[in-house]
Amino acid sequence: MYLMSNFFEKSDLSRKEAETIISDTLQKCDDGELYLENSKSESILLDDNKIKNSSYNSDLGFGFRAISDEVVAYSHSNEISKNSLRQSSENLKSTLKSVKGTYNHEIPKSNKKYYDNINPIEQKSLNEKIKILNDVNDYLRSKGDKVKQVTANFLGEQKSVEIIRSGGETLSDVRPLVRFNVSVMVEKDGRKETGVYGVGGRQSYDSYLNDDNWKSVCDEALRIASVNLESKPAPAGEMKVVLGPGWPAILIHEAVGHGLEGDFNRKKTSAFHNLMGQKVASEGVTIIDDGTIGKRRGSLTIDDEGTPTEKTVLIENGILKNFMQDRLNARLMKTRSTGSGRRENYRHIVLPRMRNTMMLSGNHTQEEMIKAVNKGIFAVSFGGGQVDITSGKFVFNCTEAYEIVNGKIGSPIKGATLIGDGPSILKEVSMVGNDMMMDPGIGTCGKAGQGVPVGVAQPSILIDKMTVGGTKL
Amino acid sequence: MVKDQEFLEKKASYCLALARKLGATDTSVVVKNSVSETVNFRNKKLDEANRSDDLGISITTYIGKKKSSISSSNLLTDNLNILIEKCVETTKNTPEDEFNSLPDRDLLAKEVKDLDLYDNSHIANEQKIDYLKTLEAAASGDKKIVNTESSFTQNKSNFVLANSEGFCDGYKTSSFTASSVTVAKDEKSMERDYEYSSKCFLKDLDDAEKLGNLAASQTIRKLSPKKIGSEKIAIIFDKRIAKGLLSTFASAISSSAISRGTSFLKDKVNQKIFSDKINIFDKPDMLKGLGSRNFDSEGVKTDTLKLVDHGILKNYLIDTYNGKKLNLKSNGRCGGTSNIYFENGNISFKDLLNSNSKSLYITETIGHGSNIVTGDYSVGATGFLVENGEFKYPINEITIAGNFKDMFQNITLANDLEFKYATNSPTMLIEGMVVAGK
Repeated sequence: MYLMSNFFEKSDLSRKEAETIISDTLQKCDDGELYLENSKSESILLDDNKIKNSSYNSDLGFGFRAISDEVVAYSHSNEISKNSLRQSSENLKSTLKSVKGTYNHEIPKSNKKYYDNINPIEQKSLNEKIKILNDVNDYLRSKGDKVKQVTANFLGEQKSVEIIRSGGETLSDVRPLVRFNVSVMVEKDGRKETGVYGVGGRQSYDSYLNDDNWKSVCDEALRIASVNLESKPAPAGEMKVVLGPGWPAILIHEAVGHGLEGDFNRKKTSAFHNLMGQKVASEGVTIIDDGTIGKRRGSLTIDDEGTPTEKTVLIENGILKNFMQDRLNARLMKTRSTGSGRRENYRHIVLPRMRNTMMLSGNHTQEEMIKAVNKGIFAVSFGGGQVDITSGKFVFNCTEAYEIVNGKIGSPIKGATLIGDGPSILKEVSMVGNDMMMDPGIGTCGKAGQGVPVGVAQPSILIDKMTVGGTKL
Repeated sequence: MVKDQEFLEKKASYCLALARKLGATDTSVVVKNSVSETVNFRNKKLDEANRSDDLGISITTYIGKKKSSISSSNLLTDNLNILIEKCVETTKNTPEDEFNSLPDRDLLAKEVKDLDLYDNSHIANEQKIDYLKTLEAAASGDKKIVNTESSFTQNKSNFVLANSEGFCDGYKTSSFTASSVTVAKDEKSMERDYEYSSKCFLKDLDDAEKLGNLAASQTIRKLSPKKIGSEKIAIIFDKRIAKGLLSTFASAISSSAISRGTSFLKDKVNQKIFSDKINIFDKPDMLKGLGSRNFDSEGVKTDTLKLVDHGILKNYLIDTYNGKKLNLKSNGRCGGTSNIYFENGNISFKDLLNSNSKSLYITETIGHGSNIVTGDYSVGATGFLVENGEFKYPINEITIAGNFKDMFQNITLANDLEFKYATNSPTMLIEGMVVAGK
């Protein structure tokens, strides 16, 4: 059993004194809190036949936030002391000179927990971790001469957070997170290609790596690399696209997810800001953002403002239903927080963010979709994506794809960027598959310089028109 | 106030001594402090004020050829004791790697020049607010602008790098950064663009009004974009995008990518990889340079490198570990390039626009479409159609694609280089790339 961090144990600042400073600073503010964080993380990397790096990080600090109307004052430090908290308090007060709000004490409660209170780093010895990485290397290199480079790594983390609000209300959470990645480079006739795969979530390493199931991670990385060795130039232009289930849902994340975050809609800078209640996707398309799926990478028991997470319906049967909200944007838009207030760590302010963004299953089969395409591509694996919130244009980069000719899957094609328009792309979805799948647990979403772990899921889908950024005209 | 050299040195030497006592044969330590103050404006009003004070330490211990590292933001002695003990223990249990070592003593920087990287002046939040008021007034002058978000940051940093070979040095740096992001709207579209200025010295920062005007005009001109058809076309990269291609080149010649064999530029030293006229320099000792430094992140001295001479690749970017692996000496590029830039070409910006009857001028790319293993490049893009030297109309929802091996051979540069970032390029023309659109 691992206990909560006691943030005041080695400090000249007592909890009582901290509560007094917090309540005093946040008087007449609309909202705000002291956020305390203690995180421990490790990274062990095998590369080029050797353990290249083993590192350990411990990070401790606080972020003090005061909000008056639309204005946010924030101050953070890694010194938890009387002096430091007082200085932060002075900083906040000097920014918010004439405040006249009423502090909102209301915060929903829940007893649900979506992961166990464990420290994954301590649950497996360094030697065991090193052994698995060496086994990974040997296993992949035993697959033939074409394997020229293997990189594998473990990332493990335990993050304890505590949120103290005005009046002394305290909310806390201990969050485990692990990730295991494999990257393999193969070479044939002078041509080199890579394949990458990984797994992870909020559990112990063993939940992902027991009974040799690391081999399936290796096999998948090698399979992708080998497919790419045979790939030919990707086509250029508009065509039909079939997306496989699972990780390709980063389409959903980029095309509509970011555009439905509360801040961009309050500021009316999102291409979706005036589309609430309107049809933004084909019938049969339902998209949710869910923070409550047990042990998933994007799940949280409470968000970084202390609000319990929930399952938020964003688009229901094609109609836009909800945005994702933190407390600030919810208040200004006269709605409630959806438990989507997140931050990378105590150095950063809270923003409304995604958790696990998912398109739910329909009733078509992948086979039907492929058959329906005369000329197009079938995209199975993706590297990442990006969106311009305002114009709504988004991209994602496929790392494993095939051409489709006359209803049949043809040869593999080189990695290419796909580009589309967020508010209209989901209206081009003409079939939704019955095979919804979660991603393997490796996603990190970046926004305003902050990275947070997220998940995605979707069934296979057929998109009638999308631009494929290949080189073959 | 940013912590002084004495405080940082004391922490560093404490760690070196303790690691030695606990059995480390070699150790290196970096202690850093960074204090930032940011004010954000939105639609001409204060939106956010943010102060951050970050202290951090990272320690690498060696026992013979074994190595491990730790980092922390908690510099209290109790915590350092626990962490260093953990680090030395982990080192003992980590397998040997014959190439692990501190840098060779004779490569360590001996003199630290004053490169004019620290400005003592302080800009109070009230003055930042004045600057942002002027900026946002300029940025929101046109009624097509429907949202403005601007920011002013002052950063002061100090660091010390010390190792058990006796190296111990560091210096203060400062930066002042202003930026403006504007959103414009018309009946058909909503678009976003930005302008930005970052300098070591406050007095060198761009004028607020100029910055606001530029942000606004760059956004308004993107309104009502069209999507074009798929074709092979000449592409002109705005300076802010051209520098990204230079960054990709830099990662492809990093000694780690070379030694691992995962770069399309492996074994290309002394070969012609660019067109004849291309010269690339990495110059660490530029006064007030945004990428300037006296030594790299291992303490190795850094000299100016001519990376590409008339199209021919002359040097990789080498650190100690990968250097030993490749049997090459470190050239002080652990942590990457300093101030890297393409030397000016010999035609004007105007002549570059005129060099093809039809071309695409790219002002923004999205997506991570650069593959340094294969050299393949494919990204989403927005920009303008240029005909006979004239900007015709804005374009979006297209991709541009090619392979760096061909792209590098087909670069023509304008003569409009400026040092706005740490990585800089003149406006760049590349022929023979493919646009995918309708």
